[in-house]
Amino acid sequence: MVVFDRPKSLSPVPFHYCPGCTHGIVHRLVAEAIDALGIEGKTIGIAPVGCSVFAYNYFECDMIEAAHGRAPAVATGVKRTHPDNIVFTYQGDGDLAAIGTAETVHASARGENITIIFINNAIYGMTGGQMAPTSLPGQVTTTSPYGRDVNIQGNPIHICEMLSTLDGVAYAERVAVNNPKNVLKAKKAIQKAFQNQIDKKGLSIVEVVSTCPTNWGMTPAEALKWVDEKMIPFYPLGVYKDVDAKGDAQ
Amino acid sequence: MSGKVLMKGNEALAEAAIRNGCIHFFGYPITPQTELAEYMAKRLPKVGGLCLQAESEIAAINMVLGAAASGVRAMTSSSSPGISLKSEGISYMVGSDLPCLICNVQRGGPGLGGIQPSQQDYYQATKANGHGDLHLFVVAPASVQEMVTLVGRAFDVADTYRTPAMILADGALGQMMEPVDFDTALAGKREVPEKTWATCGHEGKRKKNIINSLFINPDELEKSVLEREERYKLIEKNEVLWEEYLVDDADIVIVSYGISARICKSAIEMARAEGIKVGMIRPITLWPYPKAALAKAANTASKFLVVELNMGQMVDDVKVAIDCRRPVSFFGRTGGMLPTADDVLAEIRKLNGGKQ
Amino acid sequence: MTTNFLLSGFGGQGILFAGKQLAKTGMDTGLNVSWLPSYGPEMRGGAANCSVIISDKEIGSPIVTTPDVLVALNLPSFLKFESAIKAGGTLISDSAMIPEKSARTDINAYYIPATKMASENGLDGLANVIILGYLLKITKIFDYEMFLDHMIKGIPPHKAALIDKNRVALSLGYNYNE
Repeated sequence: MVVFDRPKSLSPVPFHYCPGCTHGIVHRLVAEAIDALGIEGKTIGIAPVGCSVFAYNYFECDMIEAAHGRAPAVATGVKRTHPDNIVFTYQGDGDLAAIGTAETVHASARGENITIIFINNAIYGMTGGQMAPTSLPGQVTTTSPYGRDVNIQGNPIHICEMLSTLDGVAYAERVAVNNPKNVLKAKKAIQKAFQNQIDKKGLSIVEVVSTCPTNWGMTPAEALKWVDEKMIPFYPLGVYKDVDAKGDAQ
Repeated sequence: MSGKVLMKGNEALAEAAIRNGCIHFFGYPITPQTELAEYMAKRLPKVGGLCLQAESEIAAINMVLGAAASGVRAMTSSSSPGISLKSEGISYMVGSDLPCLICNVQRGGPGLGGIQPSQQDYYQATKANGHGDLHLFVVAPASVQEMVTLVGRAFDVADTYRTPAMILADGALGQMMEPVDFDTALAGKREVPEKTWATCGHEGKRKKNIINSLFINPDELEKSVLEREERYKLIEKNEVLWEEYLVDDADIVIVSYGISARICKSAIEMARAEGIKVGMIRPITLWPYPKAALAKAANTASKFLVVELNMGQMVDDVKVAIDCRRPVSFFGRTGGMLPTADDVLAEIRKLNGGKQ
Repeated sequence: MTTNFLLSGFGGQGILFAGKQLAKTGMDTGLNVSWLPSYGPEMRGGAANCSVIISDKEIGSPIVTTPDVLVALNLPSFLKFESAIKAGGTLISDSAMIPEKSARTDINAYYIPATKMASENGLDGLANVIILGYLLKITKIFDYEMFLDHMIKGIPPHKAALIDKNRVALSLGYNYNE
């Protein structure tokens, strides 16, 4: 009996990610959701610019590689052309919450019926460890070498909290993948975000608090601990908006 | 022990900018220029400056616009895809007659392209980095030392003629280390006009200043464009830079800039050893273009060979400069691939009639 | 006289640092030098290489495609670049990492188990410096004492603890007999 296998929607190729990076886990959860809902043949994924730029190599559905930050706009174009297809974006914090903030906010405000998977690891990975819009106050990065000073570099952005104020957003939940319990919760949230799209409820976003051991300068184990001790207290997990649940959680 | 330091092009350029009085930097991470921003982030707080990571290249160039309008030397840097995003802001800066420095550490395109060195943004930099009748003062360094010496020149030209200036480098120049002498960074410094036009609060002591690129009446817009055109003519008259290498007796003249020109120099040395009379004109300013130097070379040389890391974007400029009096051929690699000196030598031999 | 070096290995083996030491010492002795790394995401755990040119003439192309000296610290580097070495050139291979031997008869091939020597002597992470020591002996490009002096001067104060280890590593390589 097979108890563990590669999801059908995940391509049989090795990831390029660093040891201890949680992109691999989230990729798998997305593929599992696509498999569970049986939508691989009608799904179109939009890859970002950032470490997950090569996501188009990792999912078996049709994929588009967007310009930096523009994935929600590209997704809008696809979804409006093929409203019965399933469209998701997979974006990092620089892509979604810095250069693509306008696209993120306006796709949300329009209530585009798409699914956004948002990887928040508080740093730019691809370019080698610069400050992200979600870098924590005091966090040392290569462009905040003396620690992020909110008086100079500004405050981090809480995406789920912000988007939950927009009428077009059907569902916003923040999850983490730093332990098995959280991974199971994340899996459920991602699947719900796709189900919402099938049910034509509007925009669903799942923010995944993630790691970057390489650019945080930590071992993979230390990075998971840092998520617990630093990231989650600043970015509390939970459902920030759910049109199904009256009176929204949190 | 010499007074030289071994430094990456990206970092050397940043240091030269600071030494030329630029303590306001705005940028966004992109390979292969990120070290420039990182260097600024480390150094500027120590010298009372500001390095701000913007949320996008679009925001960064508009922060530069604001800082330049306020009367300070400001700069931004990026690589090809990011420069495309800045094009709107660059056009607005030209229209508002604002000086600044923009550095493009080019990588392969189009689109997201790649991250290896290229010169595929020649058209963009020299013909149309934004909409409207516009030029940028564009310099193409060929060594880390020139990444330093050309910074001061670019700022001075920008301030003198109230125009954005661009350093068009590439991934190799940005990433490589070479010895640098910083004493040269300020060597050619000139007096620049006071920025009486800056919007820094009139304190009731002068008429208000307006920084603006909107001229809703066409006659006013035309007047403003024509006035700028006069400054462009002065730049073309006064600010052309180029290097000639073994041109006097050359039968074949290579025209090449930046990192390609270095590869060509190695090839020319090899060809000369075989008795082939080949030389090079290396445009240092890509706009204004060294037309006169090329026209003069066409009096004595019989063939021209353009070598670039693109598909021949400079060929037409050479043809125009020499009035199509001599055949112009092209050799280049693109997408981040670099030719070797042997590849260029093979082209030189071909042009030499296959003779060695 | 121009010497073209290509140093290649995994990211993290100290290839770029070793190349920088060669370039810096060249500069300090009044020669022209250039150092060009491979760059991008591949630097994080993948292949890393750098071109170093040391010359008494102006340096043209900074890219080394046919090295006079190849330093290979891993098998992919050996397989990729061994055939590119100039005839009469030199291969220095970390035999602890690379089981292959060069079949070429037109180059001088040297083998040193630098990574093994490093771990056996409590010098983990300094195989690159051991190789540099060996390279100095073989190529005679710089005086040993001068090179050591420049290398130690280049170690920042907060890493002063590494000075002795670097000294021992360089000496191990220099005194290695195949």
